[in-house]
Amino acid sequence: MSTQKKAVALISGGLDSLLAARLMLDQGIHVEGINFYTGFCVEGHTHAIRKKDKAKPKRNNALWSAEQLGIKLHIIDIIEEYKDVLINPKHGYGANMNPCLDCKIFMVHKAKQWMDENGFDFIITGEVMGQRPMSQRKDLLPVVVRESGADDRLLRPLCAKNLGATLPEREGWVNREQLKDFSGRNRKPQMALAAQFGFEDYATPAGGCCFLTDKNYSNKLVDLWQARNKKDYELDDIMLLKVGRHLRPEPHYKLIVSREDGENKFLQGYKKQFATIEIKSHNGPLTLVDGELSDEEFRFASRIAARFSQGRDADNVTVKVTRKDGEEQLFDIAPMPVSEIKQEWYI
Amino acid sequence: MSQYTLDARYSLCPMPVIKTQDKIAQLQAGDILEVTCTDPGALHDIPAWCRINGHLVKESSEHDDEVVIVIQVVG
Ligand code: SF4
Repeated sequence: MSTQKKAVALISGGLDSLLAARLMLDQGIHVEGINFYTGFCVEGHTHAIRKKDKAKPKRNNALWSAEQLGIKLHIIDIIEEYKDVLINPKHGYGANMNPCLDCKIFMVHKAKQWMDENGFDFIITGEVMGQRPMSQRKDLLPVVVRESGADDRLLRPLCAKNLGATLPEREGWVNREQLKDFSGRNRKPQMALAAQFGFEDYATPAGGCCFLTDKNYSNKLVDLWQARNKKDYELDDIMLLKVGRHLRPEPHYKLIVSREDGENKFLQGYKKQFATIEIKSHNGPLTLVDGELSDEEFRFASRIAARFSQGRDADNVTVKVTRKDGEEQLFDIAPMPVSEIKQEWYI
Repeated sequence: MSQYTLDARYSLCPMPVIKTQDKIAQLQAGDILEVTCTDPGALHDIPAWCRINGHLVKESSEHDDEVVIVIQVVG
């Protein structure tokens, strides 16, 4: 009697991984999903932080995909290990700070480890040949196979027919004829397949699955590394890059100014780690100060912060500066006129 | 059957889900886990994780910006 073969599916939350897993389920394969959390994933955070998004339904698309498929999903925290992928990508970055090829290799490598530890037989991904410029180019798909260590246990059901037969196909665990030959950027075949399976309301992320494909976010990350003179980060650093306006009036300090109530509340959680500027006489943002400032620089920074408060047009605004050691100081300042806030301060 | 609590406050999704998942991996069938979070997304994500992994959400509530979810571990 043949035992049911088991595949671990990389589930990103997008349509392609959903379809790839579904094709395997249809062939009688036992599928479980794995989803890696790098700290940069688009899922969740900004919805949780910004109040204006509260009305929108919040859902984690990887969990949603697993529920549509009726499979288990294992979400794995790879924040620490991922640092090396992002800081030293062997294959370099894409259009922004996205190290997609190294990222794919790393994730498939981790999936291979999980497969071995849990007695699974092969790995599936939703990759489509030629769909993404960096990680899914035809000549680069074999690089993922080789450098991840997955070898011929990595099956890409959506484009398998364009590639050489993998072990699951050669052994007859899956029927190659029922796999797909999708390629290129045209999404119509995937959409048709989704309709055939009755999948609706699936996620269609514009840039990719993580913030590293976003130009503004990437600029902030590069600025952080430049200011620190080293490529390094903690989870808090990369969370804060998603929140507020970031201004760097001088190379040695940066201001993070909240844009609304939700961000204000989120930044409150960081009051012990940063010096802060609060507007006392008017409604206004909480500002975190990243860097060491002199008294005079605190006054200057407070004038900038006051510009974003409801006292922006007042002659004087009272602000409270709290230094990192807890020392508090109240002073009155004139909010900076908008014309004096230089565009190049915005990161 | 034992009762456990998990403090997942001040962490943002999907961390509360990951913490819940890792805690449940150490528990026995029938155990009860009460998770407290501040990310409202957890109110949706933790029950979704429980549904797909076969655990039972006995209660979920939200007050004062805190979300509490009570889960019964199913073997
Ligand atoms: S978009 Fe982000 S998560 Fe997706 S492959 Fe590229 S670097 Fe990795």
